[in-house]
Formats: sequence, C-alpha cells, structure tokens
Amino acid sequence: MKSVRSMVLVSSDPISMERGAEQVYANLKTEIETLGLSDEISLTMIGDVGRHDALPFVIIYPEATIYGPVKPENAQHLVEEHLYKGRVVHELQASHKELTGKIAWVNARKGTLPAEQRIVLQRVGIIDPENIEEYIINDGYQALGKVLSEMSPRDVIEEVKASGLRGRGGAGFPTGLKWGFVSGTPAKKKYVICNGDESEPGTFKDRLILEGDPHSIIEAMSIAAYAVGANEGFIYIRGEYMLAQERLKKAIKQAYEYGILGEKIFGSDFNFDIHVHSGAGAYICGEETALIESIEGKRGEPRARPPYPTTHGLWGKPTLVNNVETLANIPAILRNGGKWYRNFGTRSSPGTKVYTILGNVNVTGLIEVPMGITLREVIAIYAKGMKRDVSFKVAQTGGSSGSIIPASLQDTPMDFDSFQNAGVSLGSGALLICDENTCVLDLAKVLQNFFKKESCGKCNPCRIGNERAYQILENISQGTGTMQDLDDLAMISKNLFELSNCGLGQTAGSPIRDILNHYRAEVEAHIRLKVCPSGVCPMSGKRL
Amino acid sequence: MTSKNEKDRLIIEAIDSAIDHFGDSREELIPILNHVNRKLGYLPSEALEEISNRLKSSRSQLFSVASFYHMLSTKPRGKHVIQFCESAPCHIVGGREVWQALKEAVNLEENETSPDGKWSLITTSCLGLCGVGPVIVIDDDAYGNVTPEQIKDILAKYSD
Repeated sequence: MKSVRSMVLVSSDPISMERGAEQVYANLKTEIETLGLSDEISLTMIGDVGRHDALPFVIIYPEATIYGPVKPENAQHLVEEHLYKGRVVHELQASHKELTGKIAWVNARKGTLPAEQRIVLQRVGIIDPENIEEYIINDGYQALGKVLSEMSPRDVIEEVKASGLRGRGGAGFPTGLKWGFVSGTPAKKKYVICNGDESEPGTFKDRLILEGDPHSIIEAMSIAAYAVGANEGFIYIRGEYMLAQERLKKAIKQAYEYGILGEKIFGSDFNFDIHVHSGAGAYICGEETALIESIEGKRGEPRARPPYPTTHGLWGKPTLVNNVETLANIPAILRNGGKWYRNFGTRSSPGTKVYTILGNVNVTGLIEVPMGITLREVIAIYAKGMKRDVSFKVAQTGGSSGSIIPASLQDTPMDFDSFQNAGVSLGSGALLICDENTCVLDLAKVLQNFFKKESCGKCNPCRIGNERAYQILENISQGTGTMQDLDDLAMISKNLFELSNCGLGQTAGSPIRDILNHYRAEVEAHIRLKVCPSGVCPMSGKRL
Repeated sequence: MTSKNEKDRLIIEAIDSAIDHFGDSREELIPILNHVNRKLGYLPSEALEEISNRLKSSRSQLFSVASFYHMLSTKPRGKHVIQFCESAPCHIVGGREVWQALKEAVNLEENETSPDGKWSLITTSCLGLCGVGPVIVIDDDAYGNVTPEQIKDILAKYSD
C-alpha cells in the first residue's frame, strides 16, 4: 500500500446512500484531483459506522475528525480547508454527544469504535512541535489574539468560569475561581507557573503535551498572565523530561522571534516573559508550594498553608499555578467560548480528560475522552480488553495518590463528583488495570514503598507513618502479620489523612484504606491462613 | 587514577561552564548543581565548597539542597548508572522478575556500586515511560518492555 498523508472515509450504509453519499464521494474525488492532491490522499467508501443521526459521515484520518451530515455541495469547502490548508471546518463537524456514555459502549459492541474527543491533544502527533508555523496554521495563537484585542482581563476570567474547567492535576479545583483569586490581589508583581513536574506513577500525559504541542502551553500561559495581571511566567518541568525541556525552550525562542512573547504583544500594552525551570528529581515538587520553593533554589519542601500561593507565592508574590493539561484546555475555551466547552463531559465536570491506560490489557497508551466515561468502556473500547482472557480485578487511578478501584465500581462515571461520591478519586488520570493474578496486598506494598521514598520528611505523620505502614504490609506479605496489624494500618491511614501538612501525606494513606475497605477478606487470608490467594507474596515467615 | 590536580581542574571547569550558562545568583543553584552533577557524575565535597564560595551562600544550605533531589548525588557513582523503575505500572507487568534478574546479573543490591566502579544499581520512582513497562534506564538510554532474558544482552552493550 502506498503511504498517504491523509485518509478520507465516506460512510456508505443505506441511510447515507439515500442521503447522497455517492455524490459526496464523487465531488470529493473531483476536488482532490483539481487541487493535485490525489497522490497524497486516499479516498474510500466504507460501510456502516454505527451512528445514524448525522449521516453521511466523512471521517478524515489521522486526525479522526468526523464531519456529518455532509452534503455534496460541502465537498469543495471541505477539501480546500481541511485537506489543502489544514484547517478543521468546525461548522461541519458531527455533534459530540454520541461519543459519551452508553452510546460509545453500544458502538463498541457493534464493532465500530468511536473516535476520541481531542481538545487538549488536538495537535499532538499531527503537527511538527518544533515549528511555530504549523501551530499557527492549526488555530494557534488565535485565542491569544482574540483575548488581547477584544477582551478585558475580567471577560477572560468570566469565560473560563463559564466553561466550568476544573484543575487536571488531581484536586479538581475550579480554574476560573483560582484565576479570580490571583487577579483580585492588588500587587504590582505577579507570576504564572505551569506545573510540569509530572511524577505520579503511571502518568505521562503532560510529557506528551509538552513534547507534542509546546506552543499551546505558551499561548495558555500568556492568556492566564493577561487575565491575572502577571508579566512573568515559569514552566517547571521535571528533570527527567529532557526532550520536553528542549522543545519548550525552542518554542519560547520562536515565540520571541514572532513577537508573541516579549513586549507589547500583538500591539497591545501586554508584556510577558517565560522561563523554563528544570526539576532535579523529587516527586514532592509537584505540590505547588514545594514547586515554588524549588524554583527559588531551595529544598522542595511544602510550605504551611494558608497563606496560599494565590496571595503569597513565588518570592512572596501572588502566583497562579496550573497543571499542564489544565492550561492546554485554555486556548480552545477562549477560541470557542465557555459554553462550547460544556458540550463535553458531565454537568459537574465539563470537558475531556486525558488518561494513560496501563497494565494487563491489550492496548496501553494515551487517550482523551469526555469526562464521565466509565472504566468498563475504557477497558472494552480503548484498551481492547484484558490480556490473555483473564478477568479484571482492580484498577488504580491517578498514580499513587489515586484510589484502588474494585471491579464493582467499573460502571461509575469517571468524573470528579461521581468518583468522590463513591469514595474514590480520579487523581491525575492514570488507569492501571490489573487482572485477577494481581495481589492487592502486593500492590498496596508497592504504592506504600513509593510514598515512603518520596516523602520529603518535613512532617512526622508522613515521614514515620509511611515507613511504619510499609513495614506492616511487608510483614503481612511474609506471612507474619497479626490481626492487630490491620487496626494499626487503619489508624496510620487516618493519621496520614488528618495530620499531614501537604497533599502527598494526606493521600498516602489511601492504598491501605482502600484495600481494607474493598479487599479485607483477601488481606485477612494472608494473616489467618498464611496464604496469598494470588500466589504473589513471598510468605517466608520472617518478621521484620 | 586521576591525580588530585586533575580532579580539581575538572571540578573548576564544570563549575565555570555552569556559571557561564546560568549566572551566579542563588536562585540558579539547582540548575548549576544539575549541570555540575552531569559533568562529574556526582557532586564531590570540593565542588560544593567551590560553588558555595562563588554563590556566596553557606555550605550547609548547598548540602541540604544537593542531598534532597534524587538526580543529584553526593557520593561517587559507577561508570554506568542503571535505574530500575519500581513503581506500580512496571511492577504488575513483570517488573518483579526483571529486578531479580538485574540484581543477579550485576551482583548488586539496591543503591550499591560495584567494587570495580563499573555499575551503580539504583531504584527510582516512575520515569513517565509506563506505556512500555517494565522500564530500565542505563545512563541516558531507556529500555522498555524489558524481560528477564534480555538483561544480559542489554548490559553487554556497556562493555567498556
């Protein structure tokens, strides 16, 4: 097969045919030939794509953009804009509502996979990240231009509030509200920080955004800075992400050359500079006050809060700290409006979420789907099922500070509030999917080991609690646990949550809390019967 | 064996290039330490002393920062540093077996350096390469989907 730049598919089920799909195909063919693109674009009539409201469809890969209903007279515009100029024709795109919830599941069973909904990742993998012009062609810096020429800072914040966007770092705090806090402080000097210290085990979404679409972060930070009244920004990227750092530095240099950073941006009175700051290997620096300490050149130990960074942040000045994925949503929201953003996801958690799929499944990787999709859908549709026909036992969300999700919760919509009501957390968007051969005690031990090593040691509940919890889990796994150990674990978990200074300590007790809630029988088998039901734990009979 | 003078010269060179690049303000401490650590493989106490003079900040402060971050080391490391990811995503897809094979192949325990100075074996938290776990990183080279059988072949590439 010869390699092509784009693949165009036209639906040809009976309904599409009745509505003129054949003429759409013929017109697309003529237009592609007229523009001399026949060698680089393939055009194919395909069968039933499983959605009947907006037929006929035209689906263009690799972007997986779905247009529908497409009429024969749309063909010329579509070819010129999408295939020739590389711009998506938004007014012809099929509505998104079918891509969520049960309908996606129904489609999967029919063997027709829904495309992902990409907002944050819309350009990742499609454009050359080292070329600012490719970003600009794909709607890049449009939102910044609009903001600086037509909107007041207050308008921008209102738009972000209207979108209902919530922080994607894990806590889910409303982004517009945070912007409002920083904007409301009457200081001359303020800072904007992009938190790219992604270190949650199993999470690499921010790395792919930074590597694949660095200009979207520059644009978003500029918009944020304009909204809150800052003129200097930092992108803190974890030390291990060398490529992301290089890409950002290159992108910043290009932005200066194009007058998009620096003084009097787009002829306005707005000035903005961005610096890249590298981490040096410390999970805790993802906590915003620890990150600020680290930028100041100190140990990354979290500060006591309040005061919050929104009033006393970097060098004591009001500082806005947002996660990479949160920021990557901003340009699209300003371009299309907050109301548009609410078309995706659920009422309490609008928009999309980027997940990393990992573990004992057939397909691992990165997806961006609307908030509110269920774990069952993710496993069946995007992960293409469990490996080797074994059944799904437990998932772990959001890296180590996420929750252990038992199979019984796999039909709970994944959004901030539904998960909170079910007593679990969405965390940072890793979905570690484990099969029946996984021992939950062993899993909890690995998670606890992570916290034991990554605790910064500043406050006692975290430094001592994690060490002690790990020892107890180790003893149980060696077959020398006692029933008293379970009470001790419950107490440590409670103390970590209530007494720790920062988010790391407060969530470090969740693995043990979760296994005691959902898998107590399995844990007790290790103690009472001295047996690991999954055959994983060593059971050497040596107590530490 | 590098002589004392040779070692001093290397240290001064590394610090000069770091300060050329980042300046000598206290805020740039972490990038400077990072740079010197990469050049020398670790942060010898002579280097910390010299940096503390240049940045006009106390040695205790410098040491507290240098000992906090995982990517900085105050002890000499082997010629090749093997990092093994011990986080959950790598663990449940076969990381346990890879770790056993790795320890046996280099005959070291966690955080040890071999007597001939060739290998250091360290465990690390997630490196963000979880899509291809289990993952090990040797120096700057990452290896994904590692199986215990591959360990010998991978290590053989570092024959010097």
